[in-house]
Amino acid sequence: MSKLITRRSVMAAGAAGVAGTLTTLPISMVRLAFAGEREDFSFTYISDAHIQHIKGASFVRNWDMGLKRAVAEANLIQPESDFVMFGGDLAQLGKREEIDHGAEMLAQLKPKLHCVMGEHDYYLDLGEYWGKLYGDHWYSFDHKGVHFVVLNSIIVSDDWTYHRWPTPERRMLEMAGLDNPNGSPFMVGEKQRAWLKEDLSKISHETPLVVFSHSPLQKIYKGWNFWTDDAEDVQALLAPYRSVNVIYGHVHQIQYNQIGNISFNSVMATAWPWPYPQSYAQAESQLPVLTVPMNRGDPFFERDATGWQLIDLHSGRVTAHYQLWDNEPRTVGFDPTKGAPVDLAYQEPSRRRPPQSHY
Amino acid sequence: MKRKGARTLLLAALGFVTASTFVRADSLGLPPPPVPADNPQSDEKIALGQKLFHDKRFSGDGTVSCSTCHDDQKAFTDSPRKTSRGIGGQFGTRNAPTVVNAAYFDSFFWDGRASSLEDQSQFPFLNPIEMGLPTHEPILKIVREDPAYNAAFIKVFGTGGSSITMEHVKKAIAAFERTLVSGDSPFDRWYFGHDNQAISADAKRGFEIFLGQGRCVSCHTVEQDRALFTDNRFHNIGVGINKIQPDVPRLAAEFQKAKASGASVDKTVLADPKVSDLGRFAVTTHFDEIGAFKTSTLRNIGVTGPYMHDGSLKTLRDVVKHYNDGGKSAGDPSVNPYLSGGIRPLNLTEQQISELVAFLEALTSPQYVNAKTKDGATP
Repeated sequence: MSKLITRRSVMAAGAAGVAGTLTTLPISMVRLAFAGEREDFSFTYISDAHIQHIKGASFVRNWDMGLKRAVAEANLIQPESDFVMFGGDLAQLGKREEIDHGAEMLAQLKPKLHCVMGEHDYYLDLGEYWGKLYGDHWYSFDHKGVHFVVLNSIIVSDDWTYHRWPTPERRMLEMAGLDNPNGSPFMVGEKQRAWLKEDLSKISHETPLVVFSHSPLQKIYKGWNFWTDDAEDVQALLAPYRSVNVIYGHVHQIQYNQIGNISFNSVMATAWPWPYPQSYAQAESQLPVLTVPMNRGDPFFERDATGWQLIDLHSGRVTAHYQLWDNEPRTVGFDPTKGAPVDLAYQEPSRRRPPQSHY
Repeated sequence: MKRKGARTLLLAALGFVTASTFVRADSLGLPPPPVPADNPQSDEKIALGQKLFHDKRFSGDGTVSCSTCHDDQKAFTDSPRKTSRGIGGQFGTRNAPTVVNAAYFDSFFWDGRASSLEDQSQFPFLNPIEMGLPTHEPILKIVREDPAYNAAFIKVFGTGGSSITMEHVKKAIAAFERTLVSGDSPFDRWYFGHDNQAISADAKRGFEIFLGQGRCVSCHTVEQDRALFTDNRFHNIGVGINKIQPDVPRLAAEFQKAKASGASVDKTVLADPKVSDLGRFAVTTHFDEIGAFKTSTLRNIGVTGPYMHDGSLKTLRDVVKHYNDGGKSAGDPSVNPYLSGGIRPLNLTEQQISELVAFLEALTSPQYVNAKTKDGATP
């Protein structure tokens, strides 16, 4: 449940690496633990809207409502956030109708918008229409002392992309499936890695780096493409930087991780939440097999377990404030004593909610 | 005279016959209402609260009492008025909810800004549109100087004269309100009492819709041994807020600024209809609660129209149609983006809508069947 006036809290990085305070102060200079001083800012992150065309002028209402709500709330943030990221999967099946419909909603956003390519935007026309609206599939920009990189991490092999499928529609449908033996693992690819190397060559190692990708730039679960096949190669390019933060969508759930100097944060979807893939549990599960689709923690509240994020770098690292609808807000930020991101509310086992054992 | 008769009847129906029974514990479909440890019920306290509740002297021009807008004759509402008229003929922005069964609520006012009946009772006195007193002092002056009041306070609280405070006044009013408990509706006699003849076949089918396709029960709760018909939570169901969508960013920012500089929520929301439509947001400033209002109980809903925080829906059929259309009524430009995730189109047929209304009309307790509110309540 988000506050209207949000945190522009002055945080001496290192003293309290995790921003949890809601002190409302005007925009101020933040003293970083390194890299001197820079102007404090926050940005909004909305992801995975999956706008789905039914026919004619009709679209799946539930996914529409998720994106509309995120946009409406993001516009109420005060002071206005510096820019908005959209984290990919604006469309469900890459259709022009879907991208147009979603783009119209995103156009209501007051701050400047940057977009990340998702596989659902890409595999019908290989990102052509998306590119017409949002430009390059990968790019970088600088903002108030932070270098931001946007990658298209959902590329797969040329053979799969160009020679496997009779129609673009079929290609899109195959890529949309989970645990699909016909699928193919995502990657950033050689061409983009060369670009990234070149792009970073101009950036000081002390400059905080934030990398946006659609898939995680780490290997979590291949069957759902919670995966980037050349993640290690990308990570190696990021290794020399003092503060590296990767933010990804795609997984429709809150994840955080630390690999070397790289902090990973996922963002929520506005459309629906994914559970953790059951096959990833790597242990026998006694859960009853679901025979009806149930994609929410609370199936009554369609917006449950979805939401959007407000992100800041006050601590020199990413702090993600999750605005979760019909639910408690959560904050994941970098804890310098642990050297890894932690969830403010859930890091202590004693504070976790026990699973329900009585039905 | 008439009112006194009705009240006696009501008290008899509730079981106020012996000094030891302050609230009837076996009102079918309801548990005994919770009573705070620091404000136990007593017959004298209830009688004192009842007198305070009906005393018009506690208003700026001596014309308005609690019962003006929560009228005993009208199931403790101001039906069929959409919003209530306070002193000087001024109209507020919110529909007067019934006091009946308010004893079960966790919070009070449509936006839940008061935490108990005691807490709630102090605010309307001071609201410039409602009772319009500058402070609570005039009330204390009256109860301290009026010999009958003074004697009653001594009897109830062991304190009189200048020692009487608003805490005592609030406790007495709340004690009276806690007696306004009513179950025993035809639905209760059918569902909890197993009397198959108590409600019509239509109403029974309506209850199935209430539990199933209508999704009503998710917020208007029914439990194994009781039915409060409220989850005591706040939801944006698309009433009021749908119409002010373009104004929300400006209003939210302005309201937030006003609140930060000390403006009273109570006065602000009752003065400006658009600010009023921000709902629970005015209390918590959570985006999640923009345009959200407290789930009303459905008990006696057939006699307490018009409906919703602004009284904008005249009949139960209008209400069901609003939900059936996914949180939208005639005249709304579109569904607002802050809509609760629980609200979605229901695809009920006209027949199903009629059955659901028949069920809702079976929730009226015997003592309110003849409430003088029918103008605003029947389709």
